[in-house]
Amino acid sequence: MVVHSASDEETDRIFQALADATRRDILARAILEEQSVSALAGHYAMSFAAVQKHVAVLERAALISKHRRGRERIVQGNVSTLRTAAALMDAYEQLWIERANLIADVLAGEEGVNQ
Amino acid sequence: MTLISTRKDAATLTLTLVADFDASPDQVWQVWEDPRKLERWWGPPTFPATFTRHDFVVGGESRYFMTGPAGEKPRGWWRMDGIDKPHRLEFANGLAGDDGEPAPGVEPMEGHVTFEATDTGTRMTAVTHFVDAAQMETMLGMGMQEGMAQAIGQIDVLLAPAPLELEVSL
Repeated sequence: MVVHSASDEETDRIFQALADATRRDILARAILEEQSVSALAGHYAMSFAAVQKHVAVLERAALISKHRRGRERIVQGNVSTLRTAAALMDAYEQLWIERANLIADVLAGEEGVNQ
Repeated sequence: MTLISTRKDAATLTLTLVADFDASPDQVWQVWEDPRKLERWWGPPTFPATFTRHDFVVGGESRYFMTGPAGEKPRGWWRMDGIDKPHRLEFANGLAGDDGEPAPGVEPMEGHVTFEATDTGTRMTAVTHFVDAAQMETMLGMGMQEGMAQAIGQIDVLLAPAPLELEVSL
């Protein structure tokens, strides 16, 4: 499991960055296809500066990276960082699925339980 | 047991599991209330839990440890925040130090569990709310990763054909 590949602080930044619907949408678009900040800004009813701020939060969390192409700044999604965050949730999901199975085992040993 | 759904909400750090059991709400409730039953499922098979205290009243606390394959003994605690038998259960679950008492500076996660009677038994909905990623990592660091990694292989196979409606025959 890759859960411990990121420090607590890094992982907190990832979850904080993902806690906003606009940022999740920006990330989804950037993962699908790299694009300029201005192209991204065209999708939202907010100022260019506001979109830039969201992009900066995602960049600090290493969920996206930026590079220059001519006069444009191109945004690219970082899939491996997203996987680290998802791994934590996945780990707990698997733990609870396993617990549900074990509860069924406990119940199966009782009288009056149909299995 | 039929796993109805699991839902992971990264925005609110909430995990919800819904499962149906072929047993009455009273019987499903007992796997939480009776510490001898609880310790048969709370820890993964490779990290079985032992509850040394389980004060199942509102405000009451529990102490437990798990035993890992190398003899390691990560410790944890519960505090019962709400009990409405056999409908709803609310509890906090935190990390304990070597003395078995709650570790300072580590926030507990919150668990809300509901039990509803169905035509064939009981629907149990278990909601776990995490405080932050640091807590999620710390609690996982109780040594449960290995047990979960083992389970993932089997579960992936089971989940493959139908992710939302899964029959696990037991």
